Amino acid sequence: MNKTMKFHISKRASLPWYKAWGIRAAAILAALLTCAVVTMLLTGENPLNIFTTLFYGAFGTARRSWVTIQELAILLGISLAVTPAFKMRFWNIGAEGQVLIGGLATTACMICLADKLPNAGVILCMILASIAAGAVWGFLPAFFKARWNTNETLFTLMMNYIATQLAAYYIIVWEVPKGAGKIGIINQSSEIGWLPRLGNQYLLSILIVALLTGVMYIYLNYSKHGYEIAVVGESQRTASYAGIKVERVIIRTMVLSGAVCGLMGLLLVGGINHTLTTTVVDGRGFTAVMVSWLAKFNPIAMIFTSLLLVFLSRGASEISSAFGLNHSFSDILTGIILFFIIGSEFFITYKISVRRSAGKEA
Amino acid sequence: MFDLVSFIPRAVMQGIPLLFGSTGEILTEKSGNLNLGIPGVMYVGGICGVIGAFFYEQAVPAAEMNAVLAIGVPLLCSLLGSLLMGLVYSVLTISLRANQNVTGLALTTFGVGVGNFFGGSLIKLTGSEVPSIALSATSAYFSKSLPFAGGLGWFGQVFLSYGFLAYLAVLIAIAASYVIKRTRVGLHLRAVGESPATADAAGISVTKYKYLATCIGSMIAGLGGLYYVMDYACGVWSNNAFGDRGWLAIALVIFTIWRPNVSILASILFGGFYILYLYIPSGLDLSVKELYKMIPYVVTLVVLIIVSMRKKREDQPPASLGLPYFREER
Repeated sequence: MNKTMKFHISKRASLPWYKAWGIRAAAILAALLTCAVVTMLLTGENPLNIFTTLFYGAFGTARRSWVTIQELAILLGISLAVTPAFKMRFWNIGAEGQVLIGGLATTACMICLADKLPNAGVILCMILASIAAGAVWGFLPAFFKARWNTNETLFTLMMNYIATQLAAYYIIVWEVPKGAGKIGIINQSSEIGWLPRLGNQYLLSILIVALLTGVMYIYLNYSKHGYEIAVVGESQRTASYAGIKVERVIIRTMVLSGAVCGLMGLLLVGGINHTLTTTVVDGRGFTAVMVSWLAKFNPIAMIFTSLLLVFLSRGASEISSAFGLNHSFSDILTGIILFFIIGSEFFITYKISVRRSAGKEA
Repeated sequence: MFDLVSFIPRAVMQGIPLLFGSTGEILTEKSGNLNLGIPGVMYVGGICGVIGAFFYEQAVPAAEMNAVLAIGVPLLCSLLGSLLMGLVYSVLTISLRANQNVTGLALTTFGVGVGNFFGGSLIKLTGSEVPSIALSATSAYFSKSLPFAGGLGWFGQVFLSYGFLAYLAVLIAIAASYVIKRTRVGLHLRAVGESPATADAAGISVTKYKYLATCIGSMIAGLGGLYYVMDYACGVWSNNAFGDRGWLAIALVIFTIWRPNVSILASILFGGFYILYLYIPSGLDLSVKELYKMIPYVVTLVVLIIVSMRKKREDQPPASLGLPYFREER
């Protein structure tokens, strides 16, 4: 090659954590500035106003804060669910479907068992059914991946839509009243199958996810399973030389992943919405992929990345209603922030040095 | 009674956006980039065309509209918009070596957001006085079919009743197929997707091929969004109307086993699946129709599984699909 490169890119040996987080913080700052400029161009407001509105949208009142934390919990829960699979380099983008199918199983129990079992029995069935349904949705792609190396990204993607259509089918089967095309609040008067409230309506899911975060952290970092996942993720060959049954690890991990997703479906339907729509997951299954990846698959760091994304989406939706703009504004801001953070990873992993004597080395 | 003559044109019109999307994605994937941002790119392609047409229609009264400009302005805007999306993806994944899945999903979030945001706020932002975005004048130019098509009975209806973008889609798919399979450029492209290290050693510029394939692929996919809104939807933009067609286009890539020429018929087949539920007599039971909508995804899944079981070499995805390339890391 006779063309000489002006820059030389090499992998960094390691970067002290404070520098790495410094780069990330700078990226987020730059992203927020870009967002402010974009918002300014579209609304003509001054940036200070924009940020105040953003903050008000997420934490303006006690109720808003609770909803934000609850949203955070759900997103974090789904992110935790997909993490073990990602650590294994199994690209599960089917969390959307796994959560939805869990929600569908929950709904089935709430509707079909309401007058057959006592409340506690219904809830027990809901828990079991949602976890089982999610696990099945996780098992299928894993089985084919382990057995025939079927591409899991595309497999899980298709499973999302199968779950969506299945949900759409049952929504019409169970619709109330006939012809409405939606289920409405399930068991509104008897509240059968509604998960119990702790203090207020938000706390239960928050506590469950908090517990899950701790458990997942320990599972990934201090258990034999977690170690096997890490080895399989690094190199499947190394894993099989070391006597790890790769196929079993893949299937086991994805069943776990799907089961936790199913559990989040239970929380969404049984604990929060008390109804089922095909959009109940609302893209969180995809956002979770980004949350998990941005946090480098670390459950504790995921609290912050999911907080960032939830904060943005809640804040931006406040901006859009305050300035009379379309609600999708938050997606644009989220996209911009993600681009910046994704790009910043490069500067953490690689070092760029300018070649002073260009031409000599090449 | 199953009315084939009315069914086929509708299936084709459903299929054309998918054909654009899948051709673009096949080109991209052949270079080893799995661009999951295609759904977003297609939204942006659609909305940029709408914005272009909107301003043109605002500036010029309908009677004085020039056919070349009425088609050219939205077309150019659409291509530019999707090119920018392709560039964002390329810079992040090729130059900055970011994870392709994450970048793609972020691109989809962003693109769908851009589409719905401008679709919902364009009128307010520009302060114009129209009640909704209905670009019927521009749409008329896009969906104009051959003048004698109406006189040819069923033949005209099945083959000649479409706007020019539909034929363009077929031409692009055939051209893409030819380039990938039969030319030196295509050979290099496939080499980059199969084994970038080998291609690099052979003197092929991996970066250049990846950039070009991804950006051109995005532009082709963006046309799918443009066709949808200008021809199929008669120039009316409604938020989320485009739906999950972008993902269906990605499914088509697998279904056709990375062959754009197969995609011509396959997209029409998928388009048919998409509207099949309208034609199947299910009586009053609406719920069954939802199950019919599942067919394209189940069929894709079955193809994916069969292809991976048979392990035929020419049916496999590009070997380095989804992986970044860094010369020093071989």
